[in-house]
Amino acid sequence: MSGLELKQFEGPGLLPIDLKIEPGECVSLTGVSGSGKTRLLRAIADLDPHQGDALVAGQSMLGMPAPDWRRQVGLLPAESHWWCDQVGEHFTNPASQLLGDLGLDGDCLEWQVSRISSGERQRLALARLLDRQPTVLLLDEPTANLDPENTAHVEQLILRYAKAHGAAVLWVSHDPLQRKRISQRRLQIVDSRIIAEASA
Amino acid sequence: MTLIHLSTVDLSIAALLVLGLAGLSWKLQLGVERQLLIAAMRSIVQLLLLGLVLKTLFTHNAPLPIIALTLFMLGVAGYEVMARQKRRFKGAWGIGIGTLSMFVSSFSITLLALHLVIQVDPWYTPQYLIPLLGMLLGNTMSGMAIALDNLTKSAWQERGTIEARLILGDNWNIAIGEIRREALRSGLIPIINAMAAAGVVSLPGMMTGQILSGSPPLEAAKYQIMILLLIAVGTGLGAIVAVWIGSRRLFDERQRLRLDRLSSP
Repeated sequence: MSGLELKQFEGPGLLPIDLKIEPGECVSLTGVSGSGKTRLLRAIADLDPHQGDALVAGQSMLGMPAPDWRRQVGLLPAESHWWCDQVGEHFTNPASQLLGDLGLDGDCLEWQVSRISSGERQRLALARLLDRQPTVLLLDEPTANLDPENTAHVEQLILRYAKAHGAAVLWVSHDPLQRKRISQRRLQIVDSRIIAEASA
Repeated sequence: MTLIHLSTVDLSIAALLVLGLAGLSWKLQLGVERQLLIAAMRSIVQLLLLGLVLKTLFTHNAPLPIIALTLFMLGVAGYEVMARQKRRFKGAWGIGIGTLSMFVSSFSITLLALHLVIQVDPWYTPQYLIPLLGMLLGNTMSGMAIALDNLTKSAWQERGTIEARLILGDNWNIAIGEIRREALRSGLIPIINAMAAAGVVSLPGMMTGQILSGSPPLEAAKYQIMILLLIAVGTGLGAIVAVWIGSRRLFDERQRLRLDRLSSP
């Protein structure tokens, strides 16, 4: 069983928290900008220095090399970056099924990165991440640049992936309706503290 | 052939020309006349001092003062490498990386040349050691400074890309690999160009000097060839060491990109 567990975890500028996300569970996170949502996700992916421990499937991040940890804890940043010319060079396995689910053409792997739109970029970044099969998903506004139709594609794909792989999902979203649709639990950051979101 | 000695009057003529250039700079409002005069003064004082120091060293031929001078030269070169960085490594790393890589490249190459190629005995004979080391330090310095500057500049600009690769599970070595290769290439290009242009476009300084002081041109050419080749090796070695240590220092023990270890420009 996988699942994500935070023990007295202290992201930059945040108070220590204990949090457990079960396998297949999706937890949403919100908070005003600058409250530290992105910083928390980055710290869980071990990209920034932090205090406390995080565990995936009972295994501590401190007990494994950082690249191994990051392969399990898949972070999707709000902005995606690409280092090769062609989209397909960023994938490890051909992922045609995945791309179809995201409403993308099968030949998009041959596209030039410099020519894709921001919406395509966002969906391709998600495909690139899922292609590596992480057991935890940390998503930083994965549908921010998408129209309603593609937003629905992305939501369904992520929830299906979580179910199929038993992946724990922490999803940062500014859209209250989306948070209700996708998550079993809703959290928010208020004054450096992570608390349950008040039901609207 | 005898050496034609330069008199004070000869040097004054050259100095007057520089004064003229400063006047021109003032007239054209270039604003560099102050810098120009200070730099000219510095070169006059520094070179005369060096001449005096070398004269003393040559007559005494004692190892300790000679080694002290080489270490002083190394320290200044390390400082110069740091001073040319836009974003320096904070703390002792700033001067340490440059100094260490200069030490590894220039010192080892100079010793190798003295021992195996020219076969000077003793190896610290200042007449050979100091000019050779000076030339290696001076010329490898710029290659190293360019390579390091490129490394830190690119890491700063391409932070998102480096972290995107870390996020997807690449290790630090792969995540910075392309930036490191590019930095090394940029550091090696000046010496490659210098070797390609030597003797055709440019007449290298050392060869010129030897010819002026009466050496047969072919002997001067041989010395110049050796120096150019050694500089190329020194630059390559030094840049590899500097860029490798620098790129490692950009990441911490958890392989996080730590741009906070660089100072702001």
